[in-house]
Amino acid sequence: MLDKLRIPERHYLHEGHSLRSWLLTKDHKRIAIMYLMSISVMFFIGGLFAVGIRFELATPQGDFVTADTYNKFFTMHGIIMVFFFLIPSIPAVLGNFLIPPMIGARDLAFPRINLLSLYIYWIGGIFTIYAMITGGVDTGWTFYTPYSAAGSNSHVIPVALGIFIAGFSSILTGLNFIVTIHRMRAPGMTWFRLPLFVWAHYATSLVQVLGTPVIAITIVMLFVERAFGFGIFDPARGGDPVLFQHLFWFYSHPAVYIMILPALGVTSELVSTFSKKTIFGYSFVAFSSLAIAIFGFIVWAHHMFVAGISTYSAMVFSFLSFSVAIPSAVKVFNWTATLYKGAVSFETPMLYAYGFIGLFAIGGLTGLFLATLGLDIHVHDTYFVVAHFHYIMVGGAIMGYLGGLHFWWPKITGRMYNNFFSKVSAIMVFVGFNITFFPQFVVGYLGMPRRYHSYPDEMQVLNVMSSAGATVLGLGYVLPVIYFLLSLRRGRVAGPNPWGASGLEWQTQSPPLTENFVEIPIVTGEPYEYDHVPAKESHLV
Amino acid sequence: MSNVVAHAGQHADSPSRAHHRALQHHFDTMPQQKEAAVIGMWVFLLTEILFFGGLFVAYMIYRIWYFDAFAEASRSLSLFWGGLNTAVLIGSSLTMAMAVRGAQTNKRKATVNWLILTMILGCVFLGVKVIEYSDKFEHHHVPGPNFVWASEHAAPVAEGGAEHTPAPEAAAGHRKLSLTPSQLQRTTQIYFSLYFTMTGLHALHMIIGIGLMSVITWMAWKGRFDEEYYTPVELSGLYWHFVDIVWIFLFPLLYLVERHT
Amino acid sequence: MTIFGIPIFPDQASTFAKDVDTLYFFILTVCSFFALTVAILVVYFGLRYRRKREGQTGARIEGSLPLELMWSVIPTVIAMVMFGWGASVFYHLRRPPDDAMHIYAVGKQWMWKFQHLEGQREINELHIPAGRPIKVTVSSEDVLHSLYFPSFRTKIDAIPGRYTELWFEASKPGTYHIFCAEYCGTNHAGMIGSVTVLEPQAYQAWLQGGGEGGTMAERGARLFEQHACNSCHLDSGQGRGPSLKNIVGTTVELTDGNTAVVDDAYLRESILTSQAKIVKGFQPLMPTFQGLISEENLLALIEHVKLMSPQASTASGQPAGATPSPNAPKPPARPGEKKQ
Repeated sequence: MLDKLRIPERHYLHEGHSLRSWLLTKDHKRIAIMYLMSISVMFFIGGLFAVGIRFELATPQGDFVTADTYNKFFTMHGIIMVFFFLIPSIPAVLGNFLIPPMIGARDLAFPRINLLSLYIYWIGGIFTIYAMITGGVDTGWTFYTPYSAAGSNSHVIPVALGIFIAGFSSILTGLNFIVTIHRMRAPGMTWFRLPLFVWAHYATSLVQVLGTPVIAITIVMLFVERAFGFGIFDPARGGDPVLFQHLFWFYSHPAVYIMILPALGVTSELVSTFSKKTIFGYSFVAFSSLAIAIFGFIVWAHHMFVAGISTYSAMVFSFLSFSVAIPSAVKVFNWTATLYKGAVSFETPMLYAYGFIGLFAIGGLTGLFLATLGLDIHVHDTYFVVAHFHYIMVGGAIMGYLGGLHFWWPKITGRMYNNFFSKVSAIMVFVGFNITFFPQFVVGYLGMPRRYHSYPDEMQVLNVMSSAGATVLGLGYVLPVIYFLLSLRRGRVAGPNPWGASGLEWQTQSPPLTENFVEIPIVTGEPYEYDHVPAKESHLV
Repeated sequence: MSNVVAHAGQHADSPSRAHHRALQHHFDTMPQQKEAAVIGMWVFLLTEILFFGGLFVAYMIYRIWYFDAFAEASRSLSLFWGGLNTAVLIGSSLTMAMAVRGAQTNKRKATVNWLILTMILGCVFLGVKVIEYSDKFEHHHVPGPNFVWASEHAAPVAEGGAEHTPAPEAAAGHRKLSLTPSQLQRTTQIYFSLYFTMTGLHALHMIIGIGLMSVITWMAWKGRFDEEYYTPVELSGLYWHFVDIVWIFLFPLLYLVERHT
Repeated sequence: MTIFGIPIFPDQASTFAKDVDTLYFFILTVCSFFALTVAILVVYFGLRYRRKREGQTGARIEGSLPLELMWSVIPTVIAMVMFGWGASVFYHLRRPPDDAMHIYAVGKQWMWKFQHLEGQREINELHIPAGRPIKVTVSSEDVLHSLYFPSFRTKIDAIPGRYTELWFEASKPGTYHIFCAEYCGTNHAGMIGSVTVLEPQAYQAWLQGGGEGGTMAERGARLFEQHACNSCHLDSGQGRGPSLKNIVGTTVELTDGNTAVVDDAYLRESILTSQAKIVKGFQPLMPTFQGLISEENLLALIEHVKLMSPQASTASGQPAGATPSPNAPKPPARPGEKKQ
């Protein structure tokens, strides 16, 4: 029978309390916690810049800050959110914590490289924040030449170096995951018994490893251009500024798949767990992650349809861009089919999963507008694009991250958070998000360009709606900080498996042992089996 | 997972098996650990290929557009020093392979000696690069505000007796240069931008490699390796061979453009 | 198109705007259909198959190959239709007709300079005839910009060292936005203007240089706006050009060490051959307006500048066109009111 649940005596958080035991840890779970704290800080810094942007845009005139300051706001918002929040988020926090227990391993393949990747992230972050504090950068997160090489007087080089350094963190995480998933699976854990979360991270890691070096070399080339006056992109010396765009987007398009693939993996776990049903079409969902990763590398120039590329290249890239939409659609259909004849419940993680499905669908579908050449000419570099990528990055990736955090929080900490407020903030995030970003589709088609400090008067109402929504959204993000922190002291003890989920990580105590398992399990069953798992109770391994 | 059977599976702390002192706690066996490390190293080298790849792409595009400028600029490089460096690096890959072999067969002294030889050859390479770079500085071939390309001269003579490149007029029998002098001035600068970035990045990798080697040499000297555990030597070997291969590509691309005239 | 006075859809002011919008509505319809279907199903299944008791699990359904094929193939076909339609609209948007009238546009931080073949030059304003295809060849003097006409549904980047082009045929007379759509630095949001589509006869009249009404100084104030003088000559003195407030009658120091008195002749020279005398502490950035401004407009501009120095005596040059008032006329918010 179920004894009164208690936090176990021995677990990874008790294995040493000194600062040294944390800063020199090899435990993937402690590294994940340190990542969690770091990216949360980065998220709120990036969020502050967003507040500045939306505040300025509530009025048509540029009256809150100067043009230069505003330009720095949107640049730094983009840089922090993309490189220091979204790209690490799910892999560095949830991936790091969960991949070893999910596959039945004691740790990742290279624990010290894992720690190194955290240090590198910190160094890159400190570099970038320092550069931002001492003057900031105003090139846009896309750093297009010639403005970034010769036109801007801002701290381009230190910020670019910060991003370069942080890129290594991303590469090392990906490398670690690839080797771990190949070589550290428990006996009986074949590829097709892996949770879809693991498949998603494997695909993500491939992209991280193959794509990130290209932005690194692009930054090197920008650096020598700006610091030594080399002239690789300078038209006065025969260089081509559009070459920069090709090199930049060759990474930055796959980068968006680094940001969304893990969230797609989380959603599979949530939909399955909260329908108590195996994911419909498991192998299709698994392969769709790989397909997205691969196709993601051959579509980059769809960011450059009006940049002066030839009509024929534009057509090729438009065609290929549609191909990457299909695997994403397949996932959404498979999740829908999973719900059919399931046993569905709406705990907080499932609310986030629902929000994800809706917003990711809208974001993905609006990508089709952008892939369509005749339309992209009109909406490129307008708020239509801004709305599109925020639907995917915020409505998608961040909701996936929050959903995953809410799902695995009891495993990570051993405690449950406040049920009521967690549902309230999920709903606030969903509602606030839509009010913020849906009007941007409209004002974008109307013609409002991106990165505008001021705009024509007739566009004000839509902008005010957007800014109003941002307030609700922001509050929705602040609430979890409060109830998560409170749960550490006052949360109900969760036990090993409060959700009745499948997966090896739920067969262990909460919080887990440092070595994850007393004995490495031998896997004999398929993933996502619920018939024999009673809710709230399971075998302790 | 409902049918997980919590048996006493394989795990590293079974008392009946003595394990190697270098076996890490999260691996079951030494072969598993070594395999993981080697796969990891190959993945890392893959990232390095993509890293240099960006430069190769830029090079390829500009070479197609400004072939004449690239050819003329390439002819100003010293085939002697470039060729010497190529031989030196290939030789150092050989000595590296011997070092790995030595570690594999538990020959401590031989391993250390081969490693030291590898480092010496690496330093020779870097020394030659210093000679070549300073020559470029002298002739104002460093891109930037002080860049000057005088295409009516013959190519500068580097120490050691490089071949003379015939003046453009003399090469007219073969083909007339199709870029005007001012276009040449602009676009040879692109060549040199790429030259310095590519060889500079390569040299940086060499320096890191030599640093790595010195650590590995020290570890070998201290007797840290044996037949079962010489993974760090093998991994450094892989890295060194990679840096060598990058040079094998750089040399013909940078030094041998249209040399058949 | 507006709802409660709020614009929610741009004007269709070019011949292909309708094609672009039709394509847009097609994709919108298809996507709305899929989004709504998924949303409804997901909510319906969630409620219909709600978990009713503790320990209840879902049905054992692994998958269905026919379903997977269906929902892979059908979206692929739809995507191909979207691609094909989009590509054909794009092809049309990027192939100017042979008889298109030619206009040159140069973007520079932070203004658009247009040049008609007949010789007319405009800054941040473009006057064109309706009913004629127009091809704009675009380049940049410094960094990337992008010439964007939302009401015509077309844009193209302006790249230094290269020419790019776009074309359109304006169908509806009126005034519409011009935006810079590629971030280019500080005043990217200020690099905007208006394109005025005129009936062919009105366009001919405009080409002849027909004037606008108002006093000379009022005309001058409008010209000061239209030619973007105010983007560099800030009153604060912090702009790229010196402040023009209260300078008439004063003596300024030049970069070559000489001095000059600010009188009518100096003002005229500064506008027509701006590189001749540069005020110390400033860069030679001012474009020359030779050929850009008619003689009458030049005089109007000078009157306006003189009004910015209300205390100056009228000893030099022409008498002021209006009684000097303590406040110089305020420039209107943006060049060209939008007429809908």
